[in-house]
Amino acid sequence: MILVWLECDAAGVTDISLETVAFARSLSAAGGGIAIRAALIGDVPDAVRDQLAAHGVNDVHHVSGSSYDAYSGAAWASALQDIRERTGCVVVAAAGSPRGNEVIAHLAARLDVPMAANVLSFSGLSPFAVTRQVAGGAALEEMRLARRPAVFTVAGHSWVATPADTPTSPTWHEESPPVAEADLVARVTARGETKEEGPGALTTARVVVGAGRGAGGPGGFDHVIELADLLDGALGVSRVVTSLGWRPHHEQVGQTGSRISPELYVPCGISGAIQHWAGCSSSKTILAINTDAEAPMVTKAHYAVIGDMHEVVPAVVDELKRRRG
Amino acid sequence: MLVCVKRVPDSSSQVVLTPDQQAVDGRMAGYTVSPHEECAIELAVRLAEATGGVATALSLGPSESAEQLRNALAVGCTAAVHVVADAVAFGPTDVAREIAAVVKAHGDEGRGYDLVLLGNDAADTGDFQVGIRLAYALGLPVVNGVSTLEVVDGMVSAHVDGPDGAETYSVPTPMVATILEGGVEPRYPSLKGRMAAKKVEIEERSPSADPVGSERVQLTLPPPSPSSVEILGEGPEAAAAVVDLFEKLGVR
Ligand SMILES: Cc1cc2nc3c(=O)[nH]c(=O)nc-3n(C[C@H](O)[C@H](O)[C@H](O)COP(=O)(O)OP(=O)(O)OC[C@H]3O[C@@H](n4cnc5c(N)ncnc54)[C@H](O)[C@@H]3O)c2cc1C
Ligand SMILES: Nc1ncnc2c1ncn2[C@@H]1O[C@H](COP(=O)(O)O)[C@@H](O)[C@H]1O
Repeated sequence: MILVWLECDAAGVTDISLETVAFARSLSAAGGGIAIRAALIGDVPDAVRDQLAAHGVNDVHHVSGSSYDAYSGAAWASALQDIRERTGCVVVAAAGSPRGNEVIAHLAARLDVPMAANVLSFSGLSPFAVTRQVAGGAALEEMRLARRPAVFTVAGHSWVATPADTPTSPTWHEESPPVAEADLVARVTARGETKEEGPGALTTARVVVGAGRGAGGPGGFDHVIELADLLDGALGVSRVVTSLGWRPHHEQVGQTGSRISPELYVPCGISGAIQHWAGCSSSKTILAINTDAEAPMVTKAHYAVIGDMHEVVPAVVDELKRRRG
Repeated sequence: MLVCVKRVPDSSSQVVLTPDQQAVDGRMAGYTVSPHEECAIELAVRLAEATGGVATALSLGPSESAEQLRNALAVGCTAAVHVVADAVAFGPTDVAREIAAVVKAHGDEGRGYDLVLLGNDAADTGDFQVGIRLAYALGLPVVNGVSTLEVVDGMVSAHVDGPDGAETYSVPTPMVATILEGGVEPRYPSLKGRMAAKKVEIEERSPSADPVGSERVQLTLPPPSPSSVEILGEGPEAAAAVVDLFEKLGVR
């Protein structure tokens, strides 16, 4: 059996967790229809019931209780460990999100088994072998996961969160496995405002206008910000921009910044290093503006304008305003 | 404070593999530490300055890793430990065990650590686990993905940019924290810092046990994706074509 830990937000199971379910279904099919169990920890919205049925989950373990009121990586892993021991699952997976990687690393340490982070695909069941992203996606690693349970996370956007061909009617288990005191020492004790502005706005924006070293300095962002505003979008920047202190880090897109998936991304003066690409590759359409026609961002984009961003962007802003009258 | 850094190939331009396909080859691009670890060093140094403590840098790696330790000393660490070993042959469990061995040995000598800082993930192998395995090896609590932290009266307040917003963990020392880039701006080394770094004697140690290794079979490079870019034009004259595209995509 396969156990997947799924993350939820107010709307239901997150997209990246549903991608992990898609991966689990493929693994299940390869193994001749292995049952998929989902673990949900803490509060869950009602919508998850329909989602899990549509996505082909067989059993749902909903874990709640006072030990699970506030997030703790150790307590979450303790619950997964408990479910695994009771059900005998041979695979435990989660999304390759910050939390997914954290909880699965806790579980691997507790069980003293290897962990594979950011798996893209599997190539065999016995021995179980996977391919995963390393160096921010610049290279791939083939890795054996021979020990049981095999524990890993699934790289974001590597699978599509499509519903199952045949929906299921999952059996629902309400549970509250005990947690050792030591596993509750490091838990969230205070929360700030739920994020709206800052990184939140960037990750949910329909349009993101990006700017990199080509902006030239802290004063070089006026036109890209104006364009972003006109398109009701957000500004995203490269790491060069944040490490030179031109813009704050929460605007950074990439491996060590935010991952964006807008309808349209307009990177201006950004070369498209693999670590930046890691954060923007799931944009629906990319329009690069760059002086260098050979820049990776240009060759990987759907559309490009070759030119100086300080000339092209103001011209686009003027044209937009002109057409709006 | 102990801060763990790994010598890794600079992967910001072209990535090349070693001939045996077991690692990324940095001989052309040069070597560095991950941005997360640069921030971990900065946090360790600030905490040491604020509390009158010592920030010690640790690295497990070949003799050349001394370069990364000197760089950490140049920005304010005042001691360094080098576990001399072939980092490629050491898997995440091995590295965690070796860091734990140093922490325990120093503890026994009366120079234990209140806080062990690591990066959230290494820039080359991206295993996302050494810090957590270390915490279990030491029997200590761990907070992951920390941007900033303060220590007041033996309690650490660790701030994390969580999935729904800002989160704070209050955890007693000793503890382990893995750091994510973004909370602090790493400082540049001063000339004085570089001079001081040269004088520090790096404590060299041998590994406490033979490595178990990782489960790596081999590394490969992803195939280059064919370009299908449509050039809309050159210079400001392309503005009309750009706005046409916005209209086509319905984003205007
Ligand atoms: C572990 C690790 C993590 C990293 N994480 C991130 C991350 O999260 N996000 C990130 O962005 N980077 C990240 N990086 C850094 C990354 O490798 C690159 O160094 C960075 O993305 C480059 O930024 P850039 O494109 O702005 O600058 P450059 O690479 O210098 O590119 C500038 C581009 O602008 C073009 N240009 C110059 N002038 C103009 C002009 N006037 N008009 C138009 N175009 C112009 C140039 O042709 C060039 O293509 C990371 C690196 C490492 C090692
Ligand atoms: N060889 C090493 N020497 C020192 N620290 C290391 C080493 N390998 C990993 N680390 C630390 O562990 C963190 C996480 O690494 P990883 O789990 O391999 O992604 C890194 O950011 C470093 O802080």
